[in-house]
Amino acid sequence: MNKITDTYDVIVLGGGPAGLTAGIYLGRAKLKTLIINEGSIGGQMVLTHAIANYPGAKVDISGRDLSLDMKAQAKTFGCKIESNVEVTSMDLSGELKQIEIDDDEVFAAKAVIVATGGTPRSMGVPGETKFKGSGVSYCATCDGDFFEGKEIIVVGGGNSALEEAVSLTQYASKVTVIHQFDHFQATEHAVKIARENEKIAFIMESEIQAVLGDQTLTGVELMNMKTNQRSIVSTDGIFVFIGYVANTVALPGSLALNSRNEIVTDAAMMTNLDGVFAAGDVREKRYRQITTAVSDGTIAALSAIDFIQS
Amino acid sequence: MLNTNLKHITSEADFKQVIESNEKVMVCCGRMGPMCLPVYDIMEDLEEKYESVVFYDMAFDSPDAHVIRNHPKSAGFMGLPFTYYFKNGEAVEATSSIQSKKQVKELLDKHFA
Repeated sequence: MNKITDTYDVIVLGGGPAGLTAGIYLGRAKLKTLIINEGSIGGQMVLTHAIANYPGAKVDISGRDLSLDMKAQAKTFGCKIESNVEVTSMDLSGELKQIEIDDDEVFAAKAVIVATGGTPRSMGVPGETKFKGSGVSYCATCDGDFFEGKEIIVVGGGNSALEEAVSLTQYASKVTVIHQFDHFQATEHAVKIARENEKIAFIMESEIQAVLGDQTLTGVELMNMKTNQRSIVSTDGIFVFIGYVANTVALPGSLALNSRNEIVTDAAMMTNLDGVFAAGDVREKRYRQITTAVSDGTIAALSAIDFIQS
Repeated sequence: MLNTNLKHITSEADFKQVIESNEKVMVCCGRMGPMCLPVYDIMEDLEEKYESVVFYDMAFDSPDAHVIRNHPKSAGFMGLPFTYYFKNGEAVEATSSIQSKKQVKELLDKHFA
């Protein structure tokens, strides 16, 4: 790791609602705070076109606008924000934690709050990466109209998968939902709406093994999870909605994770490492909402303030 | 017009003028959606570092965006945004769907270094 460029009281890793809220509280407490964000500010919040359930916000504010408001608020209280950077190295073990970005600058702090969020889960099968952007999509509202009159597959069995399958029927001539289990994780209401749609077909207990095609995507190889029988299904496109994975890959192995690779914390958002806290979707919890991320960020910041002042 | 801090291309004439009067041009053609926003942000971040490159956006749904939508390099593209790299008026690279900062920098370095 290079020489330390600058030292802070607290470094927040992640610029979603949890990280920005932590930044607001830390800044207001007059702690020198740096938010390091590998993607765009707002995290998964910017995926939401209209947020109707964030208390106090104007009805149907977009995720991007809410993100920009939170970012502006954090900056008002003195937070420095480094976004669209790559964390290339980190050491969270000592009293002074160190984080290197872009193989260049190294920032140190007495406490770190990990709020790195989650990323849409990919299928991880051959052909998926090759056809990303030319047949494989993770966003129905972005790419749905490229499939006007075409036959497509939706992968997943949660609310997102079924709601997006219904939404995609406004473009596609046929939508086939492929799900690995014999039942859906989605709510009964979402299942009912999808089942009532004549354009939607279902293939249950099956998983995609490969995305097929030479120049263009032509189909998928399926495996029935019960019989292990393989088959080919023709399609023009695939939309993948199989949940999120916590962004913990780049974190040190000494940080305690659960079996789903989410960070384990106590109620004060403390991890097993002294001076390291976690907040938002990256930590082990049941409900993942903007409001719960904001709550986590608040608690993590207040705990970090206690830690530093003690 | 897109709500970004980038310079905007708003017509076919504008597009021609931009790529013909600048040696190195990056154009991101998209909407205000989740796959497009990160690319605009990355471009805004890179504007200072890549002073010799001009960065523009273009609204995918504007009629004149056919110059990008129907460009030969867009064949097979089915994910927004469509991002183009022009050198001396010629498209030297094009990508479909979201890109990371690392991927964008690699292409800028490859074609415009």
